Amino acid sequence: MPMPRGGGRRVIVLDKVTVRAGAFVLPEVSLAVPTGQYAVLMGKTGCGKTTLVEAVCGLRAVAAGRIELHGRDVTRLRPAERGIGYVPQDTALFSTLSVRDHLAFALHIRRWPRRDVADRVAELADALGITHLLPRKPAGLSGGEAQRVALGRALSFRPRVLCLDEPLSALDQDTRHEMHALLASVKDRFGVTVLHVTHDRHEAERLADKLFLIAEGRLEEA
Amino acid sequence: MNAPPPSQAGPEPPVRSDLPFYIGLFVLSGLYVFLISAMLLADLAYTTPGALLRALTSPETRYAIKLSLVSCTITTIFSLWVAAPTGYLLSRYKFRGKALLDSVLDIPIVLPPLVVGLSLLILFRTAPGIAFETLYERATGARITYAVAGVVLAQFMVACAFAVRTMRATFDGISPRREQVALTLGCSRGQAFWSVALPEARKGIVVAATLAWARSLGEFGPILIFAGATRLKTEVLSTTVFLEMSVGNVEAAVAVSLLMIIASLFVLVIVRVFGYAEYVR
Repeated sequence: MPMPRGGGRRVIVLDKVTVRAGAFVLPEVSLAVPTGQYAVLMGKTGCGKTTLVEAVCGLRAVAAGRIELHGRDVTRLRPAERGIGYVPQDTALFSTLSVRDHLAFALHIRRWPRRDVADRVAELADALGITHLLPRKPAGLSGGEAQRVALGRALSFRPRVLCLDEPLSALDQDTRHEMHALLASVKDRFGVTVLHVTHDRHEAERLADKLFLIAEGRLEEA
Repeated sequence: MNAPPPSQAGPEPPVRSDLPFYIGLFVLSGLYVFLISAMLLADLAYTTPGALLRALTSPETRYAIKLSLVSCTITTIFSLWVAAPTGYLLSRYKFRGKALLDSVLDIPIVLPPLVVGLSLLILFRTAPGIAFETLYERATGARITYAVAGVVLAQFMVACAFAVRTMRATFDGISPRREQVALTLGCSRGQAFWSVALPEARKGIVVAATLAWARSLGEFGPILIFAGATRLKTEVLSTTVFLEMSVGNVEAAVAVSLLMIIASLFVLVIVRVFGYAEYVR
């Protein structure tokens, strides 16, 4: 279902969202990200960033509040119904699948025709510079390569929202700069609105159109 | 701080030698390992190739070998079908009554094997049990108690509990993150289980299958009570050992035992290769 893509339309909206993880509580978080913008959520380790991203993706139930994507209330929807591309911190690649199968995974679930799957995989692999890795298994990939595959897997089904949870924390300095450039281009090349979580100020400033800070259980726009 | 500064500290107390401790460790573990090896070597020394061949070619033994292979394999398949979802349930979800479920699943492990067999027999003497067996007999023409199906059921009751433990430990060792990613990619819970969790658990599945198979092969008490020990009918390898011993044919009993030892060692190798320590705690 095509949605209007007018500038300034708010794609990701959190309205007084309270999330809990064990004894930890992040109360009444509100934020809004306009279409096509790159939002970075910055905070120290343990401040609840990951928990919040999980709530947006539907992997964790919210205790209170509303989450809207493209004007649709998704608060009670299952992860599969939200249409969010998700890249977790540790990439979580599927150890038995090849890189090609990773890029095709969501498309097979959606029962895309074989030809369309092949076209989409080739297009993604080309855009992410991983064409030479297609037959490989995750075990042999470097940190940067694994991140590209995880990114490709998340973007494969053309989601309009992309959630990145500390995607670069395990990478060395050079690879990180490379990935910064790639991520900076993602929102235009793939037409996604991005919610990126990090503890790295440099990374946040490099990438953010909109920067949010979480500290002491409160979220503020910087 | 009340501790004296280093300059005023007295001489260090004499430290006892570590040697007796190490000797103790090696002597005690060595004694046990020696007993295990000596036991197996004695079996080997007791028999001759001729006696072995004679024992293994008798129609009764050949039937027992066949029934053991078939029943253990069926039991293993059933066990995996139950153990993979149950292990997954215990590993991934929190729910009311989980501690109770967990404890109930341990009952077959701690219950004396004879009691498992007796309890099964009593179950099939109750009205629902009799009704079920009648239905089964109508459908297949065979009975459950004192029949081949009883052998499989008796093996399954115990072997499955071990497979469940193994599968639970396996899923505990796999981060749920991959399944979560699969959910965001469009999978239902079921699809994430089949296409992500199970392939990730493949080594654990092999270990669970192997342990279930080995456990079924060695099962004796429940089979004796629930399925009987009828030659050429419900006789499995462990039954053969028992029957041969009871008529004083030690040679044949040892020959069949050797066969089971070989199968066990084979199992041990497979489980070791796929990471025994990871799954059996």
